Amino acid sequence: MEDWIWTTLVRALAFGTPILLAGLGEIYAERSGVVNLGVEGMMAVGALAAFAVAQSSGHPYLGLAAAAAVGALIALPFAFAAITLRANQYVAGLALTMLGLGLSGLLGKPYEGAPLAHPLPEAGFVVAALALAAGLWFFLRHTFGGLILRSAGESPETVDAMGINVYAVRYGAVVFGGAMAGLAGAFLSLAYRPSWADGITSGLGWIAVALAIFAAWHPLKAVGAALLFGALYHLSYRLQAVVSPEFLKAMPYLFVVVILSLSALRRGPSGAPEALGIPYVRGERR
Amino acid sequence: MTEPDALLALQNVTKRFPGVVAVDGVSLEVYSGEVHALLGENGAGKTTLVSLLYGLYPPDEGEIFWRGRSVRIRSPQEAIRLGIGLVPQHPLLVRAHTVLENLALGMPRGFLFPTRGLEARIAELTRHYGFRFNPHAPVWQLSEGEKQRVEIVRALLQGAKLLVLDEPTSVLTPQEARELFKVIRRMRAEGEAVIFISHKLDEVLEVADRISVLRKGRRVGTITREEADKAKLARMMVGRQVSFERRKPPARPGDAVLELADVHAASDRGLPALRGVNLRVRAGEILGLAGMAGSGQRELVEVVTGLRRPERGKVRVLGRAPWSRRRGRIAHIPEDRRRQGVAGGLDLAENLILHDYVRAPFARGPLIDRRAVYAFAREQIEHYRIDPPDPRTPARLLSGGNLQKLILARELHGDPPLIVAVHPTYGLDVGATEQVHELLIERSRTGAAVLLVSEDLDEVLALADRVAVIQGGRIVGEVPAEAADRERIGLWMAGVEA
Amino acid sequence: MRRIGPFLVEKDLVAPPGRVLAVSTAALLLAFLVAGLVFWAYGVSPWAAYRTIFVETLLSPSGFAEGVRRAIPLLLAGVGLVLAFRGQFWNIGAEGQLLLGAVAAAGVALFAPLPGPLKLPAMFLAGFVAGGLWAAVPALLKLRLGVNDVLTTLMLNYVAVYLVEWLIHGPWRGRTAFGFAYTDRFPDTAMLPLLPGTYVHWPTLLLALGLAWLAWFVLARTVWGYPVRVTGDNPEAARYARMPVFWVVFGVALASGGLAGLAGVGEVAGVHGRLLGAYQISLGYGYTAIIVAWLARGNPLGAVLTALFMGLVFASGDVMKIALQMPFRVTDVFNGLILFFLISTERLLYYRVRWAPALKER
Repeated sequence: MEDWIWTTLVRALAFGTPILLAGLGEIYAERSGVVNLGVEGMMAVGALAAFAVAQSSGHPYLGLAAAAAVGALIALPFAFAAITLRANQYVAGLALTMLGLGLSGLLGKPYEGAPLAHPLPEAGFVVAALALAAGLWFFLRHTFGGLILRSAGESPETVDAMGINVYAVRYGAVVFGGAMAGLAGAFLSLAYRPSWADGITSGLGWIAVALAIFAAWHPLKAVGAALLFGALYHLSYRLQAVVSPEFLKAMPYLFVVVILSLSALRRGPSGAPEALGIPYVRGERR
Repeated sequence: MTEPDALLALQNVTKRFPGVVAVDGVSLEVYSGEVHALLGENGAGKTTLVSLLYGLYPPDEGEIFWRGRSVRIRSPQEAIRLGIGLVPQHPLLVRAHTVLENLALGMPRGFLFPTRGLEARIAELTRHYGFRFNPHAPVWQLSEGEKQRVEIVRALLQGAKLLVLDEPTSVLTPQEARELFKVIRRMRAEGEAVIFISHKLDEVLEVADRISVLRKGRRVGTITREEADKAKLARMMVGRQVSFERRKPPARPGDAVLELADVHAASDRGLPALRGVNLRVRAGEILGLAGMAGSGQRELVEVVTGLRRPERGKVRVLGRAPWSRRRGRIAHIPEDRRRQGVAGGLDLAENLILHDYVRAPFARGPLIDRRAVYAFAREQIEHYRIDPPDPRTPARLLSGGNLQKLILARELHGDPPLIVAVHPTYGLDVGATEQVHELLIERSRTGAAVLLVSEDLDEVLALADRVAVIQGGRIVGEVPAEAADRERIGLWMAGVEA
Repeated sequence: MRRIGPFLVEKDLVAPPGRVLAVSTAALLLAFLVAGLVFWAYGVSPWAAYRTIFVETLLSPSGFAEGVRRAIPLLLAGVGLVLAFRGQFWNIGAEGQLLLGAVAAAGVALFAPLPGPLKLPAMFLAGFVAGGLWAAVPALLKLRLGVNDVLTTLMLNYVAVYLVEWLIHGPWRGRTAFGFAYTDRFPDTAMLPLLPGTYVHWPTLLLALGLAWLAWFVLARTVWGYPVRVTGDNPEAARYARMPVFWVVFGVALASGGLAGLAGVGEVAGVHGRLLGAYQISLGYGYTAIIVAWLARGNPLGAVLTALFMGLVFASGDVMKIALQMPFRVTDVFNGLILFFLISTERLLYYRVRWAPALKER
């Protein structure tokens, strides 16, 4: 009996890890005031970059670095559009997801099929993700940098008036989020599968965005939420004998809808950063 | 050319925006240990001048001198570094964070937060000036006056030598305003310079050493307090004789149009906002509702206009509940005219039919009769003198005054028996303000019941036949206008029994 | 007003149509430019790629017909999204609503005991209802609970995909061929006629054009469209005017879901003749329709042009697959780039740029 619980926990951790990694990045981006819906695309490109570099160089850690770098790189034009050009953040993110999925599908053609020669251990990622969650929480709560980040998402006018560059803060947070999404993708292609296939991300990026909301933008709560999702995924596999496989595959997405609805019911003020999704212009009243 | 011992000097400063010269060749000096008032109507250029000082944008022409040296203030950071502190009209604070977190934002930073000693410094400063607040309280719990004090402390912590207060009393009770003046005098005694921006003559006369009057972007003159009196200042502000008497035909109130009995309602956040409101407004009278921001006015207006259902109690407009389908016309002139009053992307005509678009003559069956709509629009535009007069103009292009006239035209159409006007002259110049006031008085004398909700006590006292005060979700006092006494009203607004 | 080099830049409150056209065109050109870079990275000469596209889609009658064929679902879904966006319902779920429409149509075609002439109209009706219901759930969650509609509509896309997969592998399984699963072929009475020599199922095309005009008319000239326009422009003001915001949002949600559903009907009844795997029915029509709607700048009639344009872009994906051996994913690259540049240049619509070289200072 304990064996079953233990297995579930382990698999839940494993499956929740990419969601957690990308989710933590998204929490930071949203805390600074920017909604990044491009996570799915950044994850896909990160997964491809990780695989391609790891496969061709033989050094999987190099692939890891590549994933973070590429994720951050893809986030840059999004950041530029959302922060400097003050475009509609939701649609801009969506465009990046389309682009990221298209780019990775296109450029990843030569890499399909072959499994990775030197995969990385899942456990490493899990530990790293948990450590990151703790570290990111500490940064947010107990450092000036974290205070500035949080303030940028609540009241960018105030931050600007204090002489701090709001744009730089948001750029940093968004690019960081992109790098994390890339790492999440790297987990999939370097450890979880480990291989590359078009569609490897299968909507996990979206679940990460929902995670940020469900975890009330709190890195430690995100761990719990990711575990929940992971457990659900795992349990759905176990139920395969009983329920049709398609229904099980649809479960996570339905679950997101349920979770979002429950979040909305749960409290009065949502706890979202006040300036979330609103581009900042100096001198303009919101 | 500049005064050698002036702390701050502006020389021929000019700032233009599309279509308007906001600040036009203004020269000014402010000395340490002086309280210098900047007086002017809305639109005179005060806010722009402050923004220039605070580095939000550069002047198009002219120079700014700090301690005799020409400076270019390119950002709020540079302004802070020079020693200019700004206490803006609307609080520039992170509402969700604590006082400590807000103050820390402006301080030199280490890696960890909070740094040791920050709390101690804050405690020392607040004690010095006689403030009292809990540094761990979240800002959204503070009153407007307390928020203002936090900003003053922040400016002082940053080492401000010149403090700019932008319309500081607009959110304070009379008592709180007096407390503020005490603080200002204290700062002056310590050698701080204070720029006090206002459009209220009484306050300026009470606290300022010198008064500079701005009109349409120009400095009309600077006089000392001894030389100044209300009439002279008003003349300088407006350019003509201004009478301070408002002659109003006497009210002959009829039956009650609006009745609230023991109304309880919650705010958006679920907290109790109205805790047993009893109010009555009769036909032919103007009831002025005064109160500090956040006392429940918003929820009251929403209940009266049918946008919010009360949890308990009775609300009736001419016998019907305001949220029922078959209620009579209620005119609602909202607080935020751009955000709540118009659809900026639609044109003037389309905005005018906001309430009547289903009815004849604007609609025949499911089709909208555009000819009738535009004819009506042209009529209204002419009657209310709305500019620009083309009914196809997108509403967002209208200035504040014209926008308000558009809203009035729409709301007053059809002779509504109840008019709810919320801060109707906020941000308007003298001419537009007069027009709005006259319209309201005229409508009330032809039989409408008018509920005027305003934080501007002057406006309330000038227009109302009866004055009521709302505080903490209750009506705490009600008097006829002749018997209204600023002191008492101020105490009621603050929640003190009198 | 700001000076950037020899230009004077002023902020405007309205965007004149000339500028809108210019900026939109510039955005599209930028997208194609960057796409060319991507081709180059893939190993295909951008020049060769665009020449092929141009020749095979615009100049070739069969290629152009393919573009028109692709434009049909894009137009239907696109008009729906124009309505949705104008009503502030951010419907990213057209993909799923389309699939639901296809499912409903297949259900009627295969199993409903209706006389021949009634089959097709019934299929369209069923498709409209199914798509509408699929959009109703996120709409209700948004209206009653304030749940983010972008995420909920998106999630239901994935659910719809698995619904289709379940049906064709399970209860509605027909014959399997080469590992793909699909239902039995529809009876002839449930199939749409095609323009000879092409895959253009013209009844759906006419329906789409008609509905585009109807959407414009309702929006601009009727008492139902007016509250939609007001709500879309300023939901706060609509609320203060006591407009039925609930019905506005719910209405446009149902309409956009229904229109996407109609698109799905057209695909299975016109092109495929059976219910296939989800990724064969819709290759991203629902997502591309977002671009169709955005480019149309809120005008349902404009969607006719933008749908044709994006249909040709789609068709070029086919061309590239066949002629240049590129995976069909390349259309996602186009879509993403076009949407990105459209969105990024949006603010430019409100800036007026004048050529004003600086005069010498006196």
